[in-house]
Amino acid sequence: MITLTINGLDVEVEEGTTILEAAKFLGIEIPTLCYNEGLTPYGACRLCIVEIGTGENTKLVSSCTYPAEEGLVVRTHSKRVVNARKMLVELMLARCPGSKTIQDLASKMGITKVRFKVRNDDCILCGLCVRMCKEQMDAKAIGFVNRGYMREVTTPFRLKSDVCRTCGACMYICPACQMRCQGPEPPTVVCNGCLNLSPPCLEIYEDKMCYMDPCVACLKKEAEEEIEKRK
Amino acid sequence: MQEKLKVDRVIDRYEGDKANLISILQDVQREYNWLPQDVLTYIAQKLNLPLIDVFEVATFYKSFSLKPRGRHLITVCLGTACHVRGGQRVLEEIERRINVKPGETSEDKQFTLETVNCLGCCAIGPIVVIDGEYYGQMNTRKVASLLEKYSKKDKD
Amino acid sequence: MAKEKLKKIEDLRRLREKLIEQRAAKKSWVIISSGTCGLARGSGKVIQAFKDVVKKYNLEDKINLRITGCHGFCQAEPNVVISPEGIFYQRIKPEDAEEIVVETVLKRKIIPRLLYVDPQSGERIVYKKDIPFYKKQRRLLLENNLMIDPKNINDYLAIGGYEALSKVFAGMSSEEVIEEIKKSGLRGRGGAGFPTGKKWEACRRAKGDIKYVICNADEGDPGAYMDRSLLEGNPHSILEGMLIGAYAIGASEGFIYVRDEYPLAVENVTIAINQAKEYGLLGKNILGSGFNFEIKINRGAGAFVCGEETALMASIEGRKGEPRQRPPFPAQKGLWGKPTNINNVETWANVPLIISKGADWYSRIGTDKSKGTKIFSLVGKINNTGLVEIPIGMTLREIIYEIGGGIPDNKKFKAVQTGGPSGGCIPKELLDLPVDYETLTKAGSIMGSGGMIVMDEDTCMVDVAKYFLNFLREESCGKCLSCREGIQRMYEIVTDISEGKGKEGDIELLEKLANVVKDASMCGLGQTGANPVLSTIRYFRDEYEAHIKYKRCPAAVCKEIIQYSIDEEKCTGCMACIKACPQGAITGEKKKPHKIDQSKCIKCGVCSEICKFDAIMVE
Repeated sequence: MITLTINGLDVEVEEGTTILEAAKFLGIEIPTLCYNEGLTPYGACRLCIVEIGTGENTKLVSSCTYPAEEGLVVRTHSKRVVNARKMLVELMLARCPGSKTIQDLASKMGITKVRFKVRNDDCILCGLCVRMCKEQMDAKAIGFVNRGYMREVTTPFRLKSDVCRTCGACMYICPACQMRCQGPEPPTVVCNGCLNLSPPCLEIYEDKMCYMDPCVACLKKEAEEEIEKRK
Repeated sequence: MQEKLKVDRVIDRYEGDKANLISILQDVQREYNWLPQDVLTYIAQKLNLPLIDVFEVATFYKSFSLKPRGRHLITVCLGTACHVRGGQRVLEEIERRINVKPGETSEDKQFTLETVNCLGCCAIGPIVVIDGEYYGQMNTRKVASLLEKYSKKDKD
Repeated sequence: MAKEKLKKIEDLRRLREKLIEQRAAKKSWVIISSGTCGLARGSGKVIQAFKDVVKKYNLEDKINLRITGCHGFCQAEPNVVISPEGIFYQRIKPEDAEEIVVETVLKRKIIPRLLYVDPQSGERIVYKKDIPFYKKQRRLLLENNLMIDPKNINDYLAIGGYEALSKVFAGMSSEEVIEEIKKSGLRGRGGAGFPTGKKWEACRRAKGDIKYVICNADEGDPGAYMDRSLLEGNPHSILEGMLIGAYAIGASEGFIYVRDEYPLAVENVTIAINQAKEYGLLGKNILGSGFNFEIKINRGAGAFVCGEETALMASIEGRKGEPRQRPPFPAQKGLWGKPTNINNVETWANVPLIISKGADWYSRIGTDKSKGTKIFSLVGKINNTGLVEIPIGMTLREIIYEIGGGIPDNKKFKAVQTGGPSGGCIPKELLDLPVDYETLTKAGSIMGSGGMIVMDEDTCMVDVAKYFLNFLREESCGKCLSCREGIQRMYEIVTDISEGKGKEGDIELLEKLANVVKDASMCGLGQTGANPVLSTIRYFRDEYEAHIKYKRCPAAVCKEIIQYSIDEEKCTGCMACIKACPQGAITGEKKKPHKIDQSKCIKCGVCSEICKFDAIMVE
């Protein structure tokens, strides 16, 4: 058994457990896109990044692929992490504004503008379909072709695949084509239909429900109050 | 079937081991000057690999060409040292003269233009390699006569 | 030349003595530099010319030709060195061969016109050791290139080759070898600078019977060709290094992963492996030690990312070169899941040297934290282009001015780019920086594999950032969103800036985005990919601002915002540019000043290259 510390809380897990799984065990929600419990973790979307280490030598790693280590210190929502996640979602929006999953992520994180040229692509290259086809359906009909900014998901030679059984699993799992978003308006490209303007917990509860999604909005208010108090 | 014997020979040379896929593709490309679809499909079958795996590898590595290539292969070095010495201008001049973009072949199938990110001959940059011959210290003026040399060769 | 297997260390030593004797008997040598750039500059024809002259005058018994790899002074190629004096002739043409043989080799007379001329003093220099380019270097590795014909193992043996291996077999345990490497302070020469001894130790300690060693000869950094030179010129030094490393770690199989763009290196290493096998220096029970070791060569296929350890291993396994998360590290789980130790070519080449001369000797060279020498490829806007081997800790100023001979055409130095696409640009204010791993990282660059590209006032730093971003967006494997999308978007923003379409806030956006790419990407390519942008913004922010605020390119490089025009006072009306212009944009009559039609001009620069009167102005 391995003991690691996440957001100040100790947790004991079996060897081979990832940070993401350990955090889930504690009830901490880390945002993900390309992660699915039934498929091997890939680490492509980088949304699940967390800050590990202490002092000067900290770095960001994808929690879905990083194995728990004895004594590892993890912070899931540090400033560096949250800023990085926001930029990542902005990049995702710039590529696939038509995906409800991505628009929802944007609203949760309070992203209201996209500063890059919009691509209107349907694919975010998360690889869920590729892994689904390979691991669960054992068909291996699609894969990642080319590399770098030319990377795309397709069949061999972009022709109808002999081994594709038209099971539809790839469509089922795809976050970009699952549900079309109803609302992004040009020129901002961001829907913000479900933008959280105030933390829900404080309206209803006396106590702050710290690990509810979206989290840090509540803590932010508390931190601001604390700063005012100390002035 | 005759064609496939060439491929069989290469596969045997590498003991039919799928770990040698890249070397196999390199040697097969040397035989055909490119990697045709049916050849890639055949290799996948012989090595017992999913076709998508072979296709992924063939498109990932830039030294593989999935389109037929011309009689002469022009490679322009775009390494940093060559770039700083004007390599981009040389490339543009070649593009203008034979009317192709990198990765493409001229209409008359004479020239295929490719770029490479450093050949390791930075001292004599900018460099253009045609059919394995290195031409150093290129500039836009030398391009015309260089291309002429190969056009003439074909006519003879 | 059938070789007999050397069954024990004494056999090797006896053979070496014989070879040294044979070599000593030959007094006069003509050493011809013939690596890939030498060949590209015509050394092949020069070699043939010498052979013809030797035959013509029946001098086969008197004159010894040695065809070697790179001598390092690329500017001077094709060059020959006449030994034993060390007379250096540069830029030889085939026609010169006869005169050199007759005058210098036979009569020991110097031919002044073939000598190197120092651009500062105007002096003609006779001996290689006096040439400033060579004088300041400490060529522990490169100098051997002149001593051997890489296609002949006997040469390597004669200069002491495989003696380090014998020393190891004769009385050092694996742990002792690792201790020696640790003591020497050797750090990985591929770029990251990780302590080599520690790396070996981690692999030795890993559980498992099957282990591998790999030589990373992918050398993808554009502008860097040190590894090519070592592999072409002295392949056995790497084989010997790998043998010692494999012994220390407990591996019995090794791989050399050479990039596809180095055919001569592949050829020479293949020959070296075959010749070593013939002597029994590779195979089973090497020199009677009971140790077995085989080496295979894998060729790259055009992917810069395969220089990354885990991508390289994926490539050897026949898959796409997509890096994977570490941990687990290759030392624990590498090739086919087995403990693997990967080192760079130059790192391996240092190993026999350290074992022969001892870690104490080695650790006295260099700085506190970075020991030994490092080979740099000094290229770009520099007078003495070539490979430079210096003790770590020498300053950039010494390298660029004293060894490199300064900037050609009296142009002003602007920046030196180190570390390839993972590195950054260092401005003139930092020229007195000593070159070592830590100082370069603090300055916003990295040591990298050793590429050192000098840039002058005619280089646009925005264009440099654009160049590197374009390189990286193509070479990225594309898996990580931060790397793939981030670098592409940075490229789009910098391109807009270079085309005069930049806007306020672009620089800040670039900085924010660059930092996320750096933080969130999984492998070294993404993590360091932001360095070119960040370092050019750090030191040359004013150039970015000029492009954005005033739509001006101070170095007159960015096509969309510069203009070509003809200086009427300098134009002689020769019509050369009119003929050369591909767009027919220049008009004018003979002997009258010409004019460029801006609406037709595509800024290709052909007119400026052809004009002999310097009449084309660009701004």
